[in-house]
Amino acid sequence: MKGELVSNSNAGIIHLENAQKIYRMGNQDVKALAGITLSFTRGSFWAIMGPSGSGKSTMMNILGCLDRLSSGRYILEGRDVSTLDDDSLSELRLRHLGFVFQSFNLIPQLTVQRNIELPLYYLGWGAGSSAERARELAEEVGLAERLHHRPAELSGGEMQRVAMARALANDPQIIFADEPTGNLDTATGEEILGLLVELNEQGRTIIMVTHEPNVAAHAKQRLHMLDGLVERIGGDL
Amino acid sequence: MKQIKLVRNIWLGIENLLLHKLRSLLTTLGIVFGVGSVVAMLSVGEGASKEALDAIRKLGSNNIIINAIKSIDEESASTTHSHMSIYGLTYEDHARVAETFKSIRQAAPVKLIRKEGRLRERALELRVVGTTPAWFELVQRPVIAGRVLIPSDDDERAPAAVLTEFGARRLLAAESTIGQSLRIGSDYFEIVGIVKSESGQAGNIQIPDQEVDVYIPINVARSYFGDVISRRTAGTHEREMVELHQMIVQVNSIEDVEPTATGIENMLKRFHKKEDYRVSVPLALLRQAEATKRTFNIVLGSIAGISLLVGGIGIMNIMLASVTERTQEIGIRRAIGAKRKQIISQFLIETVVLSIIGGLIGIGLGVLVPSLITYFAGMPTVITLESIVLPLVISFSVGIIFGLYPAVRAAKVDPIVALRHE
Repeated sequence: MKGELVSNSNAGIIHLENAQKIYRMGNQDVKALAGITLSFTRGSFWAIMGPSGSGKSTMMNILGCLDRLSSGRYILEGRDVSTLDDDSLSELRLRHLGFVFQSFNLIPQLTVQRNIELPLYYLGWGAGSSAERARELAEEVGLAERLHHRPAELSGGEMQRVAMARALANDPQIIFADEPTGNLDTATGEEILGLLVELNEQGRTIIMVTHEPNVAAHAKQRLHMLDGLVERIGGDL
Repeated sequence: MKQIKLVRNIWLGIENLLLHKLRSLLTTLGIVFGVGSVVAMLSVGEGASKEALDAIRKLGSNNIIINAIKSIDEESASTTHSHMSIYGLTYEDHARVAETFKSIRQAAPVKLIRKEGRLRERALELRVVGTTPAWFELVQRPVIAGRVLIPSDDDERAPAAVLTEFGARRLLAAESTIGQSLRIGSDYFEIVGIVKSESGQAGNIQIPDQEVDVYIPINVARSYFGDVISRRTAGTHEREMVELHQMIVQVNSIEDVEPTATGIENMLKRFHKKEDYRVSVPLALLRQAEATKRTFNIVLGSIAGISLLVGGIGIMNIMLASVTERTQEIGIRRAIGAKRKQIISQFLIETVVLSIIGGLIGIGLGVLVPSLITYFAGMPTVITLESIVLPLVISFSVGIIFGLYPAVRAAKVDPIVALRHE
């Protein structure tokens, strides 16, 4: 991984130091993140909560290396990634991070297999080995029979499973889930959350953004945001 | 490894294009017609100029041809009453030209008389060509049977005659005919050989030989038939005195052609009162034809260039629409970890594949059209390797040039914004 090695003593897999993200809206500067310092340890399962506009989506984009801080530092696995360029951030996402979104974000033209293979394609895997890996992952999420279907032919729950399989293709240490159950009914949502818990039990760090307390209840830790700041950290919902 | 990856990327591009078959096909139409017209125009142009150039080459690029022409005032005088027109080249001209210019390798004098030829029962209107053996070196035609004229024929005034293939066939002459006697007018000649003949026109120069030629030694022609030709047509009695109708001069090297032609022209001007001759230089015609061809190619090239430009813009337009439509896909790919340059190459490959497919269809069309033209209109067309490779290179470049902007636009898609896009 690129980025300056900061320290190994810090146990946090994710560490923010006075993190600020400022957007310019017209003539006004809006602080989406107003100077946050926090640490997430390896193997934790965090639910980031807060009303809309609290900055939780921005937090997710920053932590997921989709966006860069305006100021402050972001240390990921002991490396400062706040100053990395676009290509290095892409590389980071490709090799170490997995994403699950509210709207599944599958490519509609591609079959389930091709969707799952997508990260492997960018990792440079051959066609044979990626097909094999896609099959394994599909089995893991219980969709082995759907490999050659297109997303439109699947139910919401199935689509989210495909997205999970895709997020796991590169065997990431951290999985980001942005409202993963937002488009699902409660029963299906529970299944997906069960999968996330399972992944966490395997030792992966999970960071989930949600505004629903009963969804957040599946996480081990909860973080409430308000106006670009951490309002409180705690077990209570 | 890298090549495997490229092949895979190209394959993925094709797969994606196949998802929208109709749209992809419509997108390529501009390129199809652009390339098709380049190929078709090149082959028609090539065919036309090849025909002209071949004809000129048959005249010999080292040759200068001097023709006797009847001047305009002679022409009008002769129609009014019985009149003897005297014009054309003279024996003296031939001797003078041959002696004066060191650059001349050989010069063949040509005397033309129309007479009826008879071989047993068969008769044919012949063009009797009185010339020297040099003719056969200047106007090279393969010998089919027997031999051509030799210097001794001329020196000894032997009544030898060489027929053309066409004439021989019409007179039912064959190899066995060699040695038989051919009656020309009221005189008898011995057939000594048969040569192939070419006919046709190159620019405004008539190819020196004709199908109905019979070649005899010039001295024989002169003493048997004289220099005066009389022709009786509906009430008028035309008489012409022409010593030589034509002179074919061959110079030593291609650099000598133009200066020698100018020299001959100046010399003839001094000795002739009227301008009853014309000096033609096949080489000049060749150059002119080549220049014409070049102009033609530039014009065609510009037209083709414009149509390819339009085709390219068409592709760019559709690709831009495609980028907008696929914003979410691009965002997903970027979020997963695709680098900007990978997005660029994905879209660029799609555009290039599209334009090359268009190019290939266009080449197919461009090859088909000229063969139809040849079939229905009888125009010669030539498909050269160049006329296929060039459009292929062009369509590849069109793909790159017009694909680049949409691809860069695609790479600029911000994954955060794109993923909110629903």
